[in-house]
Amino acid sequence: MSEASNHGASKMYGMVIDLDKCTGCGACMVACMAENNVPFKEDESDKLKSITWLRLYKLNNGKPFPDVQICYLPRPCMHCGGEGNHGHSPCVSVCPATATDYDLETGIVSQIYTRCFGCRYCMAACPYHARYFNWWDPVWPEGMERYLNPNVSVRMRGVVEKCSFCYHRYQIAKNNAYNNGSREVLEHEYQTACTQACPAGSITFGDLNNPKHEVYKLKQNKNAFRLLEKLKTNPKVYYISKLEWVRKLGDNYRS
Amino acid sequence: MDSLDRAFIPSGAKRCSLFQFTSFISVIGIVFLWGVYAMLLIWIKGLNQTNMNDAYGFALWIWADLAVIALGGGAFFTGLLRYVIGKDELKNIINYAVIIGFICYSSALLILAIDIGQPLRGWFIFWHANVHSMLTEVAFCLSCYFIVLTIEYLPLIFENPQIDKIPFYHKLSHNMHDVMAIFAATGAFLSFFHQGSLGGVSGVMYGRPFAYREGIFIWPWTFFLFTWSAAACGPCFTIALTKLIEKITKKKLVKDNVIDLLAKISGWMLASYTIAKIIDTIYWVYSTLPPQGHKFMDFYSNNSFYGLWILILEVVIGGAVPAFILVSEKLRCNKSYLTIAVILAIIGVSVNRWVMVVQALAIPVLPFESWTFYIPSWQEVATTILPVAYGVILIALSYRYLPIFPQEKELNN
Repeated sequence: MSEASNHGASKMYGMVIDLDKCTGCGACMVACMAENNVPFKEDESDKLKSITWLRLYKLNNGKPFPDVQICYLPRPCMHCGGEGNHGHSPCVSVCPATATDYDLETGIVSQIYTRCFGCRYCMAACPYHARYFNWWDPVWPEGMERYLNPNVSVRMRGVVEKCSFCYHRYQIAKNNAYNNGSREVLEHEYQTACTQACPAGSITFGDLNNPKHEVYKLKQNKNAFRLLEKLKTNPKVYYISKLEWVRKLGDNYRS
Repeated sequence: MDSLDRAFIPSGAKRCSLFQFTSFISVIGIVFLWGVYAMLLIWIKGLNQTNMNDAYGFALWIWADLAVIALGGGAFFTGLLRYVIGKDELKNIINYAVIIGFICYSSALLILAIDIGQPLRGWFIFWHANVHSMLTEVAFCLSCYFIVLTIEYLPLIFENPQIDKIPFYHKLSHNMHDVMAIFAATGAFLSFFHQGSLGGVSGVMYGRPFAYREGIFIWPWTFFLFTWSAAACGPCFTIALTKLIEKITKKKLVKDNVIDLLAKISGWMLASYTIAKIIDTIYWVYSTLPPQGHKFMDFYSNNSFYGLWILILEVVIGGAVPAFILVSEKLRCNKSYLTIAVILAIIGVSVNRWVMVVQALAIPVLPFESWTFYIPSWQEVATTILPVAYGVILIALSYRYLPIFPQEKELNN
């Protein structure tokens, strides 16, 4: 199928993150947590039990001062399409209760919280550690319940959750487009919270299949790469960096 | 009380005093209750009672699950040999193999019920089944096979002297024995698939190069290796527990020729499995790993625990060595060597399940991540010991009140 005809058939929402612009400020993480009602604990020192749909990694080139270089890498869910982009994501294919699904209309990997029974097989299968388990029931500081996003359901103890590319925003945008007599969701009508929060404009979001969208051009940048491409997970998050060592850290390269 | 107890003991069987028996059960019962307490804590408070985390979604429990299912494989394989292939001598150990299998599979189901984050939604795996998931296949086949094991166990319970007096149960038991070959064949069929799909659970994780294996159609090679190893090592577990119960009761319960036959078959299965495992490992190292950007030593270096020793322990010490002993008639007829061989085989298959589940998650896949380790919480340990205590109690009750070993009378009078 050609790219033009593919665009007509389905969307493929994805992200391009320019790592050379990222300052590591963490605004994307904060925006993500606020937008998606991501719970937090009083003591967040054990990061392996923290829920961070979008996690910021601090990378370095492994060299001593003064040659050391730092790069921040925001890592949302990669919304893998699997080989051939048929939806054979590492996590979707293994879920025994169909609690996670690959949407062929958008390319987004969803998580159905009320169907997940917490076997955590998807977490084991995901090489990006993009999936998080609710080890506790969410406890919001007093009064904060009133500030939760009404468009996103809160999750209970014992289920897995992950970045949804702010899918609720897509649903709202689609409804608005329909109500306005338009069938097409325009690029600016559906943007993720992290994209809008990034002060450096490092994150670009859109339909990777649509030549009119910025991400379509950006993903073709010669310095664009994806994490662990060799595993053929086919992620929808692209990164750009002029620094070769950063690009090399994206996958396991062997001489 | 003593006379009531005696009425339930099979005729001609010598058993310890009721006081001795209840004392033994009480001690094990304390361990059992400790496990039940931990289980309730987990069900009430949630999986935050464990030391699992987002890197270790699978941990001690899933390993225990895979290990008990592999070790419980003695039931299906002995049943297959006895009823389908026609190794008649094995009728003298099949009852015990079935009880061990029943314990292992009921334990596996219990552990799964503890392990899931939302236990009340456990039925979703059947109701919203994703037919592409290996875990779905595990759930269906495991549950069905557990029903088969229950059907195989029931006629044995009906043989208790008091139950046997009731004509209905006497006849039912007799008729069930007559059709047992059908259940044994069904059990073997189901076991092939659930043992295999447990291997498939790790084998299909193509995002985890350490666990991932290529294969045929939808089945990764681990599918076949898991079934094979369960058929090889399950009977070793049956032999080990037979030797253990003989030691505890200070009685000979099964004739040597029966044990020898099972050990011999197990030995050839283990030898062929070990060769297949070595071929699989070589193929994985030279064909599967390089395109994924990995080298063999990535998985055995740069960390404080997992080294090549674990592979040697699994394949050589827990595979080739016991296979060699069990295949050699001279060696396996020596009681000490036989004991060493079955213990090593049990260790080998348990280590295999450990590496495929726990080591697979310890290994970093993203180049900028590092190894993660975890130590289970006491609640995890207690709930893993719980099935052991439950198994000891069930075996003790079954041995005391049911005619498990047909040769017992002959060997002890």
